[in-house]
Amino acid sequence: MAEVLIYVDHVDGAVRKPTLELLTLARRIGDPVAVHLGPGAEEAAKVLGEHGAVKVLAADAAEFADYLVVPKVDALQAAYDAVSPAAVLVPSSAEGKEIAARLAVRIGSGIITDAVDLEAGDEGPVATQSVFAAGYTTRSRITRGTPVITVKPNSATPEAAPAAGAVEQLSVSFGEHATGTKVTARTPRESTGRPELTEAAIVVSGGRGVNGAENFHVIESLADSLGAAVGASRAAVDAGWYPHSNQVGQTGKSVSPQLYVAAGISGAIQHRAGMQTSKTIVAVNKDAEAPIFDLVDYGVVGDLFQVVPQLTEEVKTRKG
Amino acid sequence: MSLRIVVCVKYVPDATGDRRFAEDLTTDRESVDGLLSELDEYAVEQALQISDDADDAEVTVLTVGPEDANDALRKALSMGADKAVHVEDDDLHGTDALGTSLVLAKAIEKTGYDLVLCGMASTDGTMGVLPAMLAERLGVPQVTLLSQVSVADGKVTGRRDGDAASEQLEAALPAVVSVTDQSGEARYPSFKGIMAAKKKPVESLDLDDLDIDAEEVGLDGAWTKVDDATERPARTAGTVVKDEGEGGKQLAAYLAEQKFI
Repeated sequence: MAEVLIYVDHVDGAVRKPTLELLTLARRIGDPVAVHLGPGAEEAAKVLGEHGAVKVLAADAAEFADYLVVPKVDALQAAYDAVSPAAVLVPSSAEGKEIAARLAVRIGSGIITDAVDLEAGDEGPVATQSVFAAGYTTRSRITRGTPVITVKPNSATPEAAPAAGAVEQLSVSFGEHATGTKVTARTPRESTGRPELTEAAIVVSGGRGVNGAENFHVIESLADSLGAAVGASRAAVDAGWYPHSNQVGQTGKSVSPQLYVAAGISGAIQHRAGMQTSKTIVAVNKDAEAPIFDLVDYGVVGDLFQVVPQLTEEVKTRKG
Repeated sequence: MSLRIVVCVKYVPDATGDRRFAEDLTTDRESVDGLLSELDEYAVEQALQISDDADDAEVTVLTVGPEDANDALRKALSMGADKAVHVEDDDLHGTDALGTSLVLAKAIEKTGYDLVLCGMASTDGTMGVLPAMLAERLGVPQVTLLSQVSVADGKVTGRRDGDAASEQLEAALPAVVSVTDQSGEARYPSFKGIMAAKKKPVESLDLDDLDIDAEEVGLDGAWTKVDDATERPARTAGTVVKDEGEGGKQLAAYLAEQKFI
């Protein structure tokens, strides 16, 4: 069976969920070979092997953290040269897309970004994408070179599929451009203890109706009662009420959770683009005419400062 | 020596319009009004600010697109860019991101540059891969997705706010930079700016001018193929209730019924 390269997204060896989803999708096309860059390969290999990685190509070097993107491209290209895979799959993070883009140029291959599903086809992998603010679903193929495809979080449910997952050292020689962009300082984001926005099963978002940073605790309390991530509309972010890293929409994160709760969000196209593919959508808004109500499975027309706290209390009561 | 800034911009169908696919499964650019991609306005803005801070600088806006794409260039010129380059050729219809990056890279080299500025993504294709592809093709540093950027002493520095961390980046010019919608509100063209834009030069280039074979670009030259595009069925109308004091409890009951609680 052909091999499929998987670029591993991890934090010091803790593999992030989208990578496990990639492994599950990759097994439809071939034998997954994971590429792990940076520390923690042995720890990561256990999880990767449990989810179907036949082997883990590992490389660690200071360059991966000290310089932007290019050292990782050099390493992924080394893995590509070593394996001659049927496809290369990369998680659709901002960095993942940049790595994939440069690799595609280098190896002379087509690229598809933000796939939400992947299946084997007679003429290579077929990628499903959600486009034009989720107004259309397309199915596309890569017609030249080795398909390079980035896949969005929540595109598959990770399945256990025990495989060897043995670590092999990957030899990487960095090119002249690897050290072009230096990372002179790095400030890790403070952990909120809540699930990652793009990976969460439930997302609770607040918008213009929240009316101030000091009121966002209402949204956070509901999120915490449900074990959800917190999102915000562009209006709320632009007003400075909540960090941009939590923005859901065209210029923020695109989420596709099991449940999306929109509070005080009108549902402009810019926001819909980022949440329209959620499985179940519920909303609370004062304005009965708000476009968000066209999307909802269940909506409440009312004051979010009445409805949301009542909902939070009820969730807590029901969860005991 | 003048600082030569090239800003890559895209003419896109208005995202608030009813965007569709044409019969050949390329983006339909006829049925919806086009405009300068909103996310590229941030790149134009940063170019103008960098230009204002430099002793001597020239801002060129560059686009690849059909005749109407001229509108996007005019908008950028009316904001304050100095001149424009429009790559237009019938053979470009249906070009994918790889092909577009090839055309842009050749046009940037022909124009001459110290700094290439891009938006974070287009609002139609939304891939966000072009700046990285340009840096790869041009063989210069990529300093991308910046929410803050400055240029001084032949260096570009900026802040990249990622999921896990906020990073401070630094690279020597020439470089490719992309900026996010957090980099600072774009200015509105003034009346004076709009009048001045009419007199600013727009250079027109075709594939011959850039020594690019027609086979390398266009729909047939694309390295990806869209097999089908299906309009997403409208979500079936759900239940909407008016809060009469029990709205939160009613919503909780619905969530419990759906097994979310």
